Amino acid sequence: MYLIKEIKEIAPKIKKMVLEAPLLAKKHKAGQFVMVINTEKGERIPLTIADKDPEKGEITLIFQEVGKSTIEMGLRKPGEYIYDVVGPLGRPTHIINYGNVVCIGGGVGTAPLYPITKKMKETGNYIITILGARNKDLFILEKEMESVSDEFYQTTDDGTKGRHGLVTDELQALIDSGKKIDLVLAIGPAIMMKFVSLLTKKYNIPTMVSLNSIMVDGTGMCGACRVSVGGVTKFVCVDGPEFDGHQVNFDELLKRQAMYKDMEEIALKKFLEELKKKEPCGGCHA
Amino acid sequence: MPDKKWIPQPKRPRTPIPEQKPEERRRNFKEVALGYTAELAIQEAYRCLQCKNPLCVEGCPVGIDIPGFIRHIGEGRFEEAYYTLKKYNFLPAICGRVCPQESQCEKFCIMGKRFKPVAIGRLERFAADYFMESGKKEDFKIDPPSGKKVAIIGSGPAGLTCAGELAKKGHKVTIFEALHKPGGVLVYGIPEFRLPKRIVDIEVENLKKMGVEIKTSAIIGKLYTIDELLEEEGFDAVFIGTGAGLPYFMGIPGENLNGVYSANEFLTRVNLMRAYMFPEADTPVKIGEKVAVVGCGNTALDAARTALRLGAKETHIVYRRSKGEIPAREEEVQHAIEEGVQFNLLTNPIEIIGDENGWVKALKCIRTRCGEPDESGRRRPIPIEGSEFEFPVDTVIMAIGQGPNPLIQETQPDIEVKRWGIIKIDEEGRTSKKGVFAGGDIVTGGATVILAMGQGKKAAQAIDEYLKTGKWA
Ligand SMILES: Cc1cc2nc3c(=O)[nH]c(=O)nc-3n(C[C@H](O)[C@H](O)[C@H](O)COP(=O)(O)OP(=O)(O)OC[C@H]3O[C@@H](n4cnc5c(N)ncnc54)[C@H](O)[C@@H]3O)c2cc1C
Ligand SMILES: Cc1cc2nc3c(=O)[nH]c(=O)nc-3n(C[C@H](O)[C@H](O)[C@H](O)COP(=O)(O)OP(=O)(O)OC[C@H]3O[C@@H](n4cnc5c(N)ncnc54)[C@H](O)[C@@H]3O)c2cc1C
Ligand code: SF4
Ligand code: SF4
Ligand code: FES
Ligand SMILES: [Mg+2]
Repeated sequence: MYLIKEIKEIAPKIKKMVLEAPLLAKKHKAGQFVMVINTEKGERIPLTIADKDPEKGEITLIFQEVGKSTIEMGLRKPGEYIYDVVGPLGRPTHIINYGNVVCIGGGVGTAPLYPITKKMKETGNYIITILGARNKDLFILEKEMESVSDEFYQTTDDGTKGRHGLVTDELQALIDSGKKIDLVLAIGPAIMMKFVSLLTKKYNIPTMVSLNSIMVDGTGMCGACRVSVGGVTKFVCVDGPEFDGHQVNFDELLKRQAMYKDMEEIALKKFLEELKKKEPCGGCHA
Repeated sequence: MPDKKWIPQPKRPRTPIPEQKPEERRRNFKEVALGYTAELAIQEAYRCLQCKNPLCVEGCPVGIDIPGFIRHIGEGRFEEAYYTLKKYNFLPAICGRVCPQESQCEKFCIMGKRFKPVAIGRLERFAADYFMESGKKEDFKIDPPSGKKVAIIGSGPAGLTCAGELAKKGHKVTIFEALHKPGGVLVYGIPEFRLPKRIVDIEVENLKKMGVEIKTSAIIGKLYTIDELLEEEGFDAVFIGTGAGLPYFMGIPGENLNGVYSANEFLTRVNLMRAYMFPEADTPVKIGEKVAVVGCGNTALDAARTALRLGAKETHIVYRRSKGEIPAREEEVQHAIEEGVQFNLLTNPIEIIGDENGWVKALKCIRTRCGEPDESGRRRPIPIEGSEFEFPVDTVIMAIGQGPNPLIQETQPDIEVKRWGIIKIDEEGRTSKKGVFAGGDIVTGGATVILAMGQGKKAAQAIDEYLKTGKWA
């Protein structure tokens, strides 16, 4: 049982949750995630540790409400308990002084990107950040990211903030400007990571992506999270979550992510109906 | 003790065990075998000849005093039967249910030469169930505290047994388990209809009563390394019982299509995460109309029978060898056939074929024939050229074996491993690292519950010795 110290909405449908977890706060390294079980009948879902405070013994999760488990978690209150949290899982990011690093965050992918960028900065890298979102209200951790960046760019699909376009447009502009880029690190929706990787491959720029495949145990015991990397099957939870973007079979990943779409809809619909019965006033999650 | 004369009745047929009817049980998760009543158990017990040189004992990996406990049952002294079993076997209710008796104790039983062997496993199960159901408190004799602390990694049969034995000796034992429920394969792998989870829970509760602390969701190698356990957390010794949980795939094209599971994933979703209750429980699982399970061990049969129970119209076992090589327990094969699982022997998958959306639509196989025996002593399957065929299915479950989980070895390179990451131990259960012992599937590769237990027990003796003398090698 993990005590919820704080929960708040930091952008529409994106919540930040602070949990009391002293051991995890102490052991976590940038790039690692935890498996969270919200309730006794809950599923195990992977969430990245977005921040930690080893002194206070706290970890921060930032999650987007996309389905049953995340919406239900978003309704929890401070003082309540999360059923279980296990970690820290996955290999920590390999952080050294690469030189000029472009950190690209798409949507809630900025949450896992932040601790890595912070550490990259501390290790002496020159940080160029590109954050992308659908519109200006959907950015998260803008200030935090800006504070650890040497250059900071934003893009929106609708042009309400920064460049009107996609993160790949900004990246292309950077490349065209002749800037030396030693590493691109991209975390976001699989489709974004796919196009970033396609672009950097053209220019032979080393590219690291953090994959979000469906997971069950998170410890290498089930194989649910498998992806093809360079034609070889890897388990994202133990071999990753970070991989060479040029080697990843993103189309396979995208298909596998949709494996339970129909059942996820059933679970969500049932949950929302029950919620309505309980609090008929609050249709706000429909 | 009124030692009345034992008059065996060898001519009596082996007492059948009451079971749920196949047509009923194939759609429910209740236990298949209902267990002997006291009368049936006594009746079966009297089939035992009480041999002076009991061969059955030689077939049991932990050397249970089989004639001894059977005699107790025959004489109606069921509690004594239980304590006799417990002297050798920490988990009799479990072994009575899942041991491959036909290749162990019962294989050697002298009665098997002319008639059918005594139903040793069923009697073992009876004695253990009887005790559990009697509600009696188990009488644990625990030595005074030794002041020593032992960390056990993994809560499968190896870890549970090792923990119990060490607790009896007065050591302070903490089990670290990666998953959120203790029990290892006993809870995430073996389904309810073969081994009710209630039984595992009772054993775990017993351990807690003995003072063993169980930390779930605690992954060694991630939360702590073994070095940290020894140097910072104050443990005097460590036992590694992390099992063989890494699922193997065949490496054929199409294995990452949607609808392809490892047996571990499939069974974990259903057993540990209770996907059979979806959407009451949050974890989903996909069952097609037609399911193919590749492999024919216990794991494969568990997956096949689980798929049937979850509503699959047809479930097929696809196995590249012949009947004589089937590694699963005989009883399970029988049960699976009765429930309608179809066996496609001498058939080897070579490709999984998908549709345009990335879902499985067929399994491409080739027929095989038996060749010469290979290293494992089993006859090698040889593909028959030109015999390829496609077999329409919507779910494929790979159950071709498991290897050791790599987490420990990755973070503790000073522990010597053999091929495939199997930890190397000596006869006592010692690894190459001082103070660290190992046992169970992590040292044998996927084996059996009783072997894992036996090794857990043996290591416990060596650990106790080490804690008392401080001597290493
Ligand atoms: C290593 C890793 C780190 C992640 N970190 C974060 C994070 O920091 N913040 C965040 O908002 N999200 C993160 N995710 C994604 C997050 O796990 C999913 O959004 C979440 O599981 C959705 O659950 P749901 O029940 O709310 O939605 P559902 O409606 O059940 O699913 C929505 C979509 O999420 C994905 N998903 C569903 N179940 C799982 C599962 N068990 N494991 C992984 N993906 C699943 C599927 O693609 C699915 O279509 C991470 C994923 C991985 C693999
Ligand atoms: C589906 C299935 C059916 C089977 N049926 C039978 C049968 O009928 N009869 C029979 O005799 N045998 C059967 N077996 C085999 C038997 O279950 C195993 O041989 C036995 O469970 C091995 O015991 P163990 O204690 O070594 O490991 P396991 O039971 O595998 O337990 C290991 C435990 O360690 C945990 N762990 C792993 N790594 C770590 C870590 N780094 N930190 C903390 N914890 C960790 C795991 O989560 C797990 O709980 C079956 C196996 C399967 C998979
Ligand atoms: S433990 Fe297994 S092998 Fe030994 S007597 Fe019991 S059933 Fe037979
Ligand atoms: S070998 Fe068979 S008959 Fe003889 S003691 Fe063992 S169980 Fe009884
Ligand atoms: S989530 Fe099970 S192996 Fe990765
Ligand atoms: Mg979900």
